[in-house]
Amino acid sequence: MARKERMSGNEAVSYAIKQVNPDVMPAFPITPSTEIPQMVSAYIANGEMDTEFIPVESEHSSMSATIGAEAAGARSLTATSSAGLALMWEELLLAASNRMPCALTLVNRTLSGPININCDHSDGMGARDTGWIQIYAESNQEVYDNFIQAYPIAEDPRVHLPIMICQDGFITSHAVMNIELLEDQEVKDFVGEYHPEEFLLNPGKPIAVGPYSVTNYAMEAKKNQEIALENSKKVILEVAKKFEALSGRSYGLFEEYRTEDADYIMLLIGSAAGTAKQAVDDLRAQGKKVGVIKLRVFRPFPAEELADALKNCKAVAIMDRTESYNGNGGPLGSEVMAGLFRKKVMITAVNYIYGLAGRDFTVDDVYEIFAELEEAQIKGTEIEQFKYVGLR
Amino acid sequence: MSKNTLEIRWHGRGGQGAKTAALLLADVAFKTGAYVQGFPEYGPERMGAPITAYNRISKSEIRVHSNIYTPDLVVVVDETLLLSVDVTAGLKEDGAIIINTPKTEEEILPLLNGYPGKVFVVDARKISVDALGKYFPNSPMLAAAVAVSGVMEEEEFLSEMTASYQHKFAKKPEVIEGNMKALTMTLESLADAVRTKGRLNVM
Repeated sequence: MARKERMSGNEAVSYAIKQVNPDVMPAFPITPSTEIPQMVSAYIANGEMDTEFIPVESEHSSMSATIGAEAAGARSLTATSSAGLALMWEELLLAASNRMPCALTLVNRTLSGPININCDHSDGMGARDTGWIQIYAESNQEVYDNFIQAYPIAEDPRVHLPIMICQDGFITSHAVMNIELLEDQEVKDFVGEYHPEEFLLNPGKPIAVGPYSVTNYAMEAKKNQEIALENSKKVILEVAKKFEALSGRSYGLFEEYRTEDADYIMLLIGSAAGTAKQAVDDLRAQGKKVGVIKLRVFRPFPAEELADALKNCKAVAIMDRTESYNGNGGPLGSEVMAGLFRKKVMITAVNYIYGLAGRDFTVDDVYEIFAELEEAQIKGTEIEQFKYVGLR
Repeated sequence: MSKNTLEIRWHGRGGQGAKTAALLLADVAFKTGAYVQGFPEYGPERMGAPITAYNRISKSEIRVHSNIYTPDLVVVVDETLLLSVDVTAGLKEDGAIIINTPKTEEEILPLLNGYPGKVFVVDARKISVDALGKYFPNSPMLAAAVAVSGVMEEEEFLSEMTASYQHKFAKKPEVIEGNMKALTMTLESLADAVRTKGRLNVM
């Protein structure tokens, strides 16, 4: 039975953590994710869950302790944002390469500098090639639902990889909105008990974790890790199907909103997708054929699937909420365009940069971008690439 | 933004509870079955810095995640902000503004850049000190926002707030009565003005 509630994104993911009741959570606070370890430790103190909470002295330690606990055979997670994720850099790679199915709830915040506490995706995107699965959310509801699906994906024997459940700092983490919650037992049954095949604290079957690998084997280990990440695409969809049967809410690698006959599509990640959907409804009411694709799963990257979804439109605006400082656009723009080229989908593709360090992204911004795409298409002109939206 | 959505912008200073008031309003409107959104916008992280908080309240699902630029209602929790922040920016002409001040409406009008809509004043300091013995402006300003916005009936609001305070102050039950008194005193102080000028009817 679904329960209607109202919660912020941080409350929602903390509630999901409580319902999943993992074994170990080491954490170090950083804005805007501080509330998550705070709320989880309150649940523990109140006897509502029995996770072992480990206060540590830095994010380097929180990720190390998460890996240590996971290697020992315990279902583990941590939470962080921004510079906290950056300080975990070395360990993020270790978690993935040692095939640790631990979880990290990331509340996206810009990386310094200038120092700023607000949302963009530079932290998550900075970690995009560390081997983690990355799933992004539009709302408090989605981050709750995504966390409940996290361990069934990560722990699947075909995957065995760490998973990052991301949401937009302040925009969803601190916004109270309506949400539907599952019952505790439903969540427990869905996620199940953790029975790792191999783990350190198993005297009957000793293993080594993280040993030196000679060149003869290291390359094969890396390929195996890459295969696991590719496998996770199928598993993410299987888990989403099961989750839909339980909750009635449907998830895929991305969501297509009013794109069936759309001439112009905006492709974006996270909370801004909700704003774009509202703008699409307004423009549709005026007869404009526009739609939105919201990317949910950034790693593994669904390049072919996106190219297929875009092949019938005239132009796409690819929206990056991060600056990659490379003169070649943002990560979403570069990867989508590479996918389009490989599939020989030769539509107009324009990469925009928006929302850096909390710069607001509005319904009016979406109207303007669609108008720009349409005008350029009709007049046959080129739109400047990597343009900043709302730059002063 | 869909037309049946009430949009509110709160102006306060860090530490005064404008964010808490916005979250409490979202909470109490949720209980009437509405779709709600309540969120803060932070500037520098320090006590006393100007902060903004927002509410959207609607009968249909809310998907927009941007700040609010053309609010129906503005609530000013600290009147000293009138000198430094353009609080009526974008405020709809058929909307309303509520200001926490001991001044009269006539005294406050010259500070509102010629805003032609409804103006309400609430002396939240006096109400709070009389009811609670301390200055916490957020309960009076929350009651004022409910009275002026018409987001719910006043009796329903009071009964929901009783339950909400009993939960929130489970370990400090002695402050429940004072907070409830602050709410009713605010509703009474605004009753005449609301009757004369009318509530907003957005939803």
